[in-house]
Amino acid sequence: MSALLGLHGLSKSWFGVPAVSDMTLEIPSGVCLGVIGENGAGKSTLMNMIGGVVPPTAGSMTWRGTSFEPKSPADAKARGIAFIHQELNLFTNLTVAENIFIDDFPYRFGLIDKRQMAQRTRVLLDRLNLHVEPDTPVGDLAPGERQLVEIAKALHRQAALMIFDEPTTSLTARETEKLFETISALKADGATIVYISHILGDVKALSDHLAVLRDGYLVAEGPTERFDVPAMINAMIGRELSAIYPPRTSKPAAQVVLEVDGLSQAGVVEDICFKLHRGEILGIFGLMGSGRSELARMIFGIDPTGSGSLFLHDEIVTGDARDRIARGMAFVTENRREEGLMMDAAISDNLSLVTIEDFGRPPIALLDPERVKARTEAVRDEVRIKAADIATQAARALSGGNQQKVVIGKWLLGAPQLFILDEPTRGVDVGAKHEIYTIIDRLAASGGAVLLISSELEELMGTCDRILVMAQGEITGEFAKDAFSEAAIIAAAFQEVAA
Amino acid sequence: MHSPRDREKVETIAQRRRSVWVRARSIILSDYFILWLSIAYFLALAPFLPTLTNPANLSNLLSNTWPLLAVAVGQTFVLTIAGIDLSQGAVIGFTSTVMALLAATTASPDVLSGAPVWGVFIDESGGLFHGLPFSVTLSLVVMLMVGTLVGVLNGVAVAYLRMPPFMMTLVTMIVVSAFAVWITQSENIRHLPEHLIMLGKGDLISVYFGEQDRSQIPRREIFTLIGYPAIITISLAVAAHILLNKTVFGRQVIAVGANRKAAEISGVPVKRVIVTVFAISAFCATVGAILYGARLEAGRPTLGEGTFLLDVIGATVIGGTSLFGGKGKIIWTVFGVTFFVLLSNTLNLMNLSTFHIDMAKGAVILCAALLDVARNRYAKELGS
Repeated sequence: MSALLGLHGLSKSWFGVPAVSDMTLEIPSGVCLGVIGENGAGKSTLMNMIGGVVPPTAGSMTWRGTSFEPKSPADAKARGIAFIHQELNLFTNLTVAENIFIDDFPYRFGLIDKRQMAQRTRVLLDRLNLHVEPDTPVGDLAPGERQLVEIAKALHRQAALMIFDEPTTSLTARETEKLFETISALKADGATIVYISHILGDVKALSDHLAVLRDGYLVAEGPTERFDVPAMINAMIGRELSAIYPPRTSKPAAQVVLEVDGLSQAGVVEDICFKLHRGEILGIFGLMGSGRSELARMIFGIDPTGSGSLFLHDEIVTGDARDRIARGMAFVTENRREEGLMMDAAISDNLSLVTIEDFGRPPIALLDPERVKARTEAVRDEVRIKAADIATQAARALSGGNQQKVVIGKWLLGAPQLFILDEPTRGVDVGAKHEIYTIIDRLAASGGAVLLISSELEELMGTCDRILVMAQGEITGEFAKDAFSEAAIIAAAFQEVAA
Repeated sequence: MHSPRDREKVETIAQRRRSVWVRARSIILSDYFILWLSIAYFLALAPFLPTLTNPANLSNLLSNTWPLLAVAVGQTFVLTIAGIDLSQGAVIGFTSTVMALLAATTASPDVLSGAPVWGVFIDESGGLFHGLPFSVTLSLVVMLMVGTLVGVLNGVAVAYLRMPPFMMTLVTMIVVSAFAVWITQSENIRHLPEHLIMLGKGDLISVYFGEQDRSQIPRREIFTLIGYPAIITISLAVAAHILLNKTVFGRQVIAVGANRKAAEISGVPVKRVIVTVFAISAFCATVGAILYGARLEAGRPTLGEGTFLLDVIGATVIGGTSLFGGKGKIIWTVFGVTFFVLLSNTLNLMNLSTFHIDMAKGAVILCAALLDVARNRYAKELGS
């Protein structure tokens, strides 16, 4: 047997709900295995078992032909398994070199040998075409660069199996391309790779072998050339997906909901002006660092604004996030883990957080548990959160896509008129994406206004009525639906703004 | 290799072992774990320490529980937002002094004439409010306001100036405590009115276990079961329980502790919640000051110094309120305080020196902190 890693009837259930069932699969040495599946299909649980984070409830694993029962992540790491995670695990306060050498600092005379560390780091970084100094704090790096540091860490450990879990979600197109070159080079060097992604085209291009998961089962497996993208989607969702993007069911009205007038903040955004109408989905496209997320945060009142003003229904908007929520704003941030969720709190507690004050009965705002339950259950059904029991299960227990639905759901309990969504489908699978687009369309159709920020142009073109393009803190283009052109929008996004 | 039957046997043993483990876990994770532990501890030690089950000792045990519980209830709120309030002890010393300065019926110039408060707040004719109608009530209201104000200052510094709670309350502790000692020149202020002393000592239900046909029962053979302190503290704890676990405000407190950033973006008035929580903490400490001061029959600027804070935080954490924030229940604190008072009591009964008692207490708090970590891990394993 030449299998590097073998899974034999591997199963895991949570609270009696199976997450992975009877998984039997072999990963031969030197192969790039693509793993696809919807959120909650069992990908994360499977990887957690391989990585020693959780033990399987049944079945076994083999590593190079011998029994493999990792007791902890360190165990799996010691065998040569490296994870490049969806959410990166780097110390932002430490330097690039320190992060790479975090668990085996080179010593000289009992002190850390910084020179050797820097030298070896430079060699690794050169191999990955990353041109930063080894003593740069990781906190100063862009997400794409951090990703490469993660890979450098794995290279440094000479990992035999590298598992990439949604590595491209926070990368720009250029960074993604660089990453793929790197992966191809690693493959050429004989590395064994597991590549998990929702971007099916990428998986198709990179992998030799494909495994499709659905509801915890391995539903299809084989050489990648036997699958085309529609076949992959069919295998994943078990049904035909007519279109990823649902049709728009409403048209924007003339009434202006939000007017942004000359919003500026030194070094972040410059003189931003636009109007957002009732029933409209307005997309904002821009590269990382274009100021798109910062603009959203300024509109919502959590980042400082230098000058300019905001009008909601022709009335000036001031105050903090709380005041703006009261005026009908809702904001789904790009980091659900840091800013969206209370990870260890129950799903229903997360859902009821925004509107919690509506559930209080005077005089002391005693909670009405029945009403909280009824409303949270209703929203749970509306956004289709896949969970055993929302009253007891922690948000942490959900897959990425379901966590995102919780973040969107908590705003739906109120009735916001302006929805700001920053990368709402980051790290979310095709099926859940479709559901999120449907929710967005419904928001607009019911008279809301939606500001949708994304780095996936295809997504914006598929869902928006109008797209604004930002580059270096300024709006460099505006495209109505009938004038959507991928080439023109990208050109606007790359436009160098004259100082 | 094992025969199939052997394997079956091995599996059932493993299963049994797992089910015992699962049961042990569910006990550890249960709200009542510390209560079971307290009962087990009590029953285990009762045969070896006969005095433990004496009515006098049990009555003493209860009377030690009430003031500590009142203070720990306040600390529970602060720990739940992932903060800590080190100033509670100082607030107790200071407000008990305020109480006495306002309500005392008389004072001796021999003791107090050197203090800055002499002639301003207090002289031979008693405290500032002495002689006014409802002077005791008035004194208590002002005292509670003063105490709460200290908490508000803590809260404002933490919420608006972004001071770390540890730092801010440490400063408050030092300053407030020094101020209380200075204004009284470290003297106790005695001669509290009878009505006030009753709040710390008054009985409502007492028990007597002696002979039935005596014409006179000596005071020391009557044991308090329920006194005013019990009523005051139980009311406070019930109100706090409702506030923390049943109201909108309680949810917001937990949200701030679980993820401050997410709470802010979700429209929780984070700063207001923080200020209120620190105010509650100081308010509860002041209630503790009423009980301790009345029992002592004096205002004492150094009340609540020393290892008192260890008792409060230790008891709260033993109960299960997490130091990491986002998790707290008043019922946990009730059990934590019960266990802690029981522990102190049994250590005293063992005739150990104060040093040994503090060492033992420290060890128990260490175990509680380890248990907190373990609980978090199990909860996560079950949840994720």
